[in-house]
Amino acid sequence: MSGIVIENVCKTFLAKDGTVEALKNVSLTIDSGDIYGIIGMSGAGKSTLVRCMNFLEVPTEGRVMIDGMSLGDFSEKELRKQREDIGMIFQHFNLLMQKSVLENVCFPLYIQGQKKPEARKRAAELLEIVGLSDKQNAYPAQLSGGQKQRVAIARALASDPKILLCDEATSALDPQTTSSILELLQDINKQFGITIVIITHQMSVVREVCNHVAIMKEGEVVETGLVSEIFSNPQSLVARELISKDKGSDTENSRTATQPLIKSGEIIRIVFSENSAFEPVIANLILTFREPVNILRADTKNVGGVAKGEMILEFAKGSTNVEAMKAFLKERGLAIGEAIGYVD
Amino acid sequence: MWTEEVINMIIKGIGETLYMTVVSTVLGYLFGLPLGVLMTVSDKDGLRPNAALYKMLDVIANITRSIPFLILLILIQPFTAFVVGKSYGSTATIVPLVVAAIPFIGRMVESSLKEVDKGVIEAARSMGASDMRIVMKVLLVEARTSLITGGTIAIGTILGYSAMSGTVGGGGLGDIAVRYGYFRYDMGIMIVTVILLVLLVQVFQTVGMAIANRLDKRK
Repeated sequence: MSGIVIENVCKTFLAKDGTVEALKNVSLTIDSGDIYGIIGMSGAGKSTLVRCMNFLEVPTEGRVMIDGMSLGDFSEKELRKQREDIGMIFQHFNLLMQKSVLENVCFPLYIQGQKKPEARKRAAELLEIVGLSDKQNAYPAQLSGGQKQRVAIARALASDPKILLCDEATSALDPQTTSSILELLQDINKQFGITIVIITHQMSVVREVCNHVAIMKEGEVVETGLVSEIFSNPQSLVARELISKDKGSDTENSRTATQPLIKSGEIIRIVFSENSAFEPVIANLILTFREPVNILRADTKNVGGVAKGEMILEFAKGSTNVEAMKAFLKERGLAIGEAIGYVD
Repeated sequence: MWTEEVINMIIKGIGETLYMTVVSTVLGYLFGLPLGVLMTVSDKDGLRPNAALYKMLDVIANITRSIPFLILLILIQPFTAFVVGKSYGSTATIVPLVVAAIPFIGRMVESSLKEVDKGVIEAARSMGASDMRIVMKVLLVEARTSLITGGTIAIGTILGYSAMSGTVGGGGLGDIAVRYGYFRYDMGIMIVTVILLVLLVQVFQTVGMAIANRLDKRK
């Protein structure tokens, strides 16, 4: 059916200072009817990847196949026809601000050549599916973020797509609205069997709705698999980072994993006052004493060119230079205190 | 001084000024709107980037815009005579007015269309919209308010230009102001014509902004 197969896709952009490799040899298979998450930090190339799935971005190399047909083989006209089968929603909704909600949903129907009365009838049905029947004649500016995204979903569904691409669709929404939109996406997936691809940087989104997930970093897919498996046994560092950021997950695991590494020597708190902004104090300390110093926490702000704030430092275990190092710091105008009550 | 003759002359002047302004603006948009669309579409992040075409239009627009209107008026007199058969009077003035208005309007249209959110254009593309449909149903519709505001500015500028043509017998209120105020030192009539010109611009401005606001659905 409507599976998406991505084969060795590379995408290079020309930038002012040379080229940027947004995608490096990416291969993915997304099964028909799945809800597939693609997650990564910003700049990982996930938005570029999703745009390769409807050829809004044409890959520099490699193939993208929908239903076994390569998008690269289509003429421009055929490609436009194919895009009607692939709905897309966006982070900033991208609605026509000068058109009513109903007319926004009619837009793709007009593209298909439908006449106004039938398009309006169909659009009204779609608005009912997303729970916005009462907002037909409103304009996007009068709606909340969640409502705008519902209109966008109705619009994306208008052409009866087989695939729905969601580019950071919940990133501009609050957690509660996010959940309701994700629920709606899940319903749509069940009710119409539409394959859904969700691009996000929030692990919680993947956890809530996706069956499979691909994790991206710097233009590469570093890990793929079932969401449940990746959560219980993440292989890559990025996966672990993303999971530990997800507040809904069990953070105790990540705590015990990292804690032993930072448990050893004496811990002190230093407070930056005024004159230490231009001298790299910590770097000089390390260079002078040739001993590692661990920065456990730093909270500094540049206030008018002066670093203000504090740092929690940890000296190497069994270091004999601790007193000399404290003196070194004091000489440079830093206040030193004990890190009492320091809890990560 | 306020003989029936003078009053009739001023009324005729208002009519000529309106005639020149409105006809020139309409003709200006007839060519300027497609020019603006073409510049938007062919620019490097447009729908169909075409560096050569953009550069050509860009240069043409700049050349025409860098010639002061009064000089353009005289410069293209042979062309004007060729098109309308004579080089003075309000109908003849329409020719240089349109020539000056096209690149000016083209630039205004270009900047209005470039304000349209790239995301909305991308959404339309993702739905399978053709470039033509995106221009007609997305760019021109989403930029509607800005286009009308631009139109208001264009009409004010063209009205000002039409008054300038008075120095070479272009007809309208400007012509009256030059003839009476400059050649006959009749300050009274000149001040009246100036006030009328100011009022006309005010009316166009107020009406234009009211339409633009009424049609704007963003608030």
